[in-house]
Amino acid sequence: MADLTQNYDVLVIGAGNAALCAAITARLEGARVLVLEAAPSHSRGGNSRHTRNIRYAHNEATDYVTGPYPVGEYIEDLMRVTAGKTNETLAGMVLEQSEQVVDWMQDQGVRFQKPLSGTIGLGRTNAFFFGGGKAMMNSYYARAENLGVEILYEAEVTGLTLNDGRFAYAQVLHGGQMHDVSARSLVVASGGFEANIEWLKEAWGEGAENFLIRGTPFNKGALLRVLLDHGAQPVSEADQCHAVPIDARSPKFDGGIATRVDCVIYSIMVNKHAKRFYDEGEDIWPKRYAIWGRLVGQQPDQIAYAVIDSKIPGLFMPTVFPAFEANTIPELAEKLELDADALEKTVTDYNAIVEPGDFDPTRLDGCHTKGASPEKTNWAQKIDTPPFYGYPLRPGITFTYLGVEVDEKARVLFGRERKPASNIYAAGEVMAGNILGQGYVGGLGLLIGNVFGRIAGQEAARRATS
Amino acid sequence: MPLVDTIKEAERLMTICNACRYCEGFCAVFPAMERRKTFGEGDLTYLANLCHGCQGCYYACQYAPPHEFEVNVPQTLATLRAETYADFVWPGFLGALFRKNGVVVSLGMALGLGFLLLLLFGMQDMSIIFGSHTGEGAFYRVIPYAAMVWPFGLVFAFAVFSMIMGGVSYWRSTAVPSGVRLSIGAILGGVWDVLTLKNLGGAGGGCNYPDESFSGMRRLFHHFTFYGFMLCFAATSVATIYDHWFGWIAPYSFTSLPVLLGTVGGIGLLIGPAGLMKLKIDADPAPRARELVGMDVAFLMLLFLVSFTGLALMVLRETSAMGTLLAVHLGFVLALFATLPYGKMVHGVYRFLALVQDAAEQKSHH
Ligand SMILES: Cc1cc2nc3c(=O)[nH]c(=O)nc-3n(C[C@H](O)[C@H](O)[C@H](O)COP(=O)(O)OP(=O)(O)OC[C@H]3O[C@@H](n4cnc5c(N)ncnc54)[C@H](O)[C@@H]3O)c2cc1C
Ligand code: HEM
Ligand code: SF4
Ligand code: SF4
Repeated sequence: MADLTQNYDVLVIGAGNAALCAAITARLEGARVLVLEAAPSHSRGGNSRHTRNIRYAHNEATDYVTGPYPVGEYIEDLMRVTAGKTNETLAGMVLEQSEQVVDWMQDQGVRFQKPLSGTIGLGRTNAFFFGGGKAMMNSYYARAENLGVEILYEAEVTGLTLNDGRFAYAQVLHGGQMHDVSARSLVVASGGFEANIEWLKEAWGEGAENFLIRGTPFNKGALLRVLLDHGAQPVSEADQCHAVPIDARSPKFDGGIATRVDCVIYSIMVNKHAKRFYDEGEDIWPKRYAIWGRLVGQQPDQIAYAVIDSKIPGLFMPTVFPAFEANTIPELAEKLELDADALEKTVTDYNAIVEPGDFDPTRLDGCHTKGASPEKTNWAQKIDTPPFYGYPLRPGITFTYLGVEVDEKARVLFGRERKPASNIYAAGEVMAGNILGQGYVGGLGLLIGNVFGRIAGQEAARRATS
Repeated sequence: MPLVDTIKEAERLMTICNACRYCEGFCAVFPAMERRKTFGEGDLTYLANLCHGCQGCYYACQYAPPHEFEVNVPQTLATLRAETYADFVWPGFLGALFRKNGVVVSLGMALGLGFLLLLLFGMQDMSIIFGSHTGEGAFYRVIPYAAMVWPFGLVFAFAVFSMIMGGVSYWRSTAVPSGVRLSIGAILGGVWDVLTLKNLGGAGGGCNYPDESFSGMRRLFHHFTFYGFMLCFAATSVATIYDHWFGWIAPYSFTSLPVLLGTVGGIGLLIGPAGLMKLKIDADPAPRARELVGMDVAFLMLLFLVSFTGLALMVLRETSAMGTLLAVHLGFVLALFATLPYGKMVHGVYRFLALVQDAAEQKSHH
């Protein structure tokens, strides 16, 4: 039983991927470990329970991946998406250590499978968990419990007390009461602040009210704020995040993977004035997926609509909510609550300038418009075959990048002089910005949590037991 | 008709799962779902009977209650299964029996037993019933051959016919997609899936029991039950052949084929149902359907009792208890036969057909 009056060796805050990797490792090092998680046990696992795969370097195909993905290629991919906004030492370390993660995860009981259907493009680089992220987290919990890690749910950490830069104790709300919980070392693995709408507003303005949060409502960034207030060095920016377009009818929180709508490249995207605003056909969907959250977020009222005709369904993943459907464009506009004349004009104008071409959904087919503003540069086809379909879309925030700076031992750096804390470590989303200053490659979030979680767990345990 | 609500709920869930697909690796249901874009009643009936209730997709689901999507695939498909069982019953007016299945089986048991005891006590002298009999035809001295063969033959034939009719209705209702062809290969594929029960295997990890942890026990105990039943059935068949074609009259020696098959099968039918019962008691009720519990428990008890009385009869067949034990055993067997088409046994028929359809769809899909 977790005992809040005991002085544990290692206190871990959060119980997602990074936290469990840290807790298991610290326990294997012989430390007595307490994990405090704000969520109740039925919705444990943070954002990590919504995931499906991890990107890792490997030199050959295995049962789970279709071909080699050497460290060098991984580093190039990361450099490209972040445009150099990364700590190269830390990034290199993570990507090199990525070679061992799948083995390590299997040792903890996590199982893998062949890539899921409809995820072409990730089959070579990413290993998929059997049953998805919640199954992965269940394996971690089982492993941690077997090892004797104590996990306390509905235990929210609200503050930290430091003495001369050393962690002394945490303020914890549990069972309606505040507790001071002390430990020899601290691992903060409490995720980003994406569920804190007020904080998002500071970065994005009032419009953030309309953002949907794809993951857990518990990632409010309380610990991130506490650490920054204590003088921890920030890394990345508050407006940097991963955001994708998701169905506007999705739940405010925890909508997860199923709420995505993957028809954007074959559609025309219009804003609430029924006007197009960006080249829908710029590149293949896996490469454009993550810019559309931001693009929609910049439109008035943070909403946009994908409009397609009956040639398109079947070319993209089924959606969780049915499309709005109508036999004429004005009728569709009405259902989407758009101005009927305006949408009709947008569609007619667009249809008039679609150049003839061979439509091919599987590659950049060059089918384009001529004279539109903006142009559509691929997959441009007339929208002329009823029934017509429309999806309302909003930005779905996956996770935020603003974090605390760490060194290669996962120690949090304090003050301008970047002094490593003696017993405070961070892992996962709360420090992902060290590697992801901006941009994203799918499957990197969990990798950062895994590598830094294990480093943090090991260092924290050694520090506590030495 | 299955309840509209259940159909709607199953359709809602399959739509969510088809957008998510995380559970693709667990079993045949998810790939079959992905082969479809919409989910009509026939598709859902098929998917429900294809689901083995391993619970894997419940514990792995990030949308499980209390999430507002409230995804509970095993429970919904089990409820739907229970409703389709009632739907396909022959003759149709007996469909109501499924809703009170525990009661029906108990009644069946009581009637079977009562009938046998009546037969026994009405026709025979007490000295015969409680005497001890040995040697060829010993059983028939207590219950005459004709009194044994006719009622059993008729009841069994009716049960088989009724289950075949149920299977035909099931098959018609599932709206097998056009282009899917039945073949010997598909049927063999279905048989293989039945014999291995690979869909209860969680691709090597077992199914979830008693909570989110994995265990192979459920499949193991089902194998005991299934193969136990099949061996007992084989024992009876061999005995029938001995009797009819060779004129060898029961009881047979302890080392004879029917007795050996029956003993091994009978032991399987003790271990299997007892094990399944224990798992049922311990298991987390969240992903299970209440509608099926009565039916499951009744069937488990009946199988156990048939086997228990059969083994007892074998052991004590040379004592004065033989007469009573024979009647009791035959009573349970009669109850089992009579309730076959109106109880859990039909799952074997529909599941087999669903697995054949799945094998056929997989072949046509490539
Ligand atoms: C829909 C979706 C799909 C994704 N798919 C992938 C994928 O396939 N691959 C990939 O690599 N990444 C994916 N990601 C990103 C990935 O989820 C994150 O990068 C990763 O899970 C972060 O792990 P973490 O341990 O840092 O945070 P989390 O898993 O979010 O854990 C943080 C935990 O801290 C707890 N917590 C927060 N504040 C407190 C507090 N004050 N006191 C106590 N506890 C607290 C939270 O409740 C939570 O459980 C996906 C994200 C989403 C939303
Ligand atoms: C076509 C062949 C069969 C298949 C594919 C099959 C499959 C299954 C599956 C998947 C279950 C668990 C889900 C459920 O309760 O419906 C089950 C339950 C059960 N099966 Fe079968 N079965 C078959 C034949 C048989 C036979 C011949 C017997 C024994 C006579 C049998 C006895 C049982 C029992 C007793 C249960 C209930 C277990 C419980 O309640 O926990 N099955 N079967
Ligand atoms: S059961 Fe849940 S996790 Fe599995 S496919 Fe369906 S929605 Fe996804
Ligand atoms: S309960 Fe098991 S068999 Fe049924 S759909 Fe879920 S994973 Fe498949």
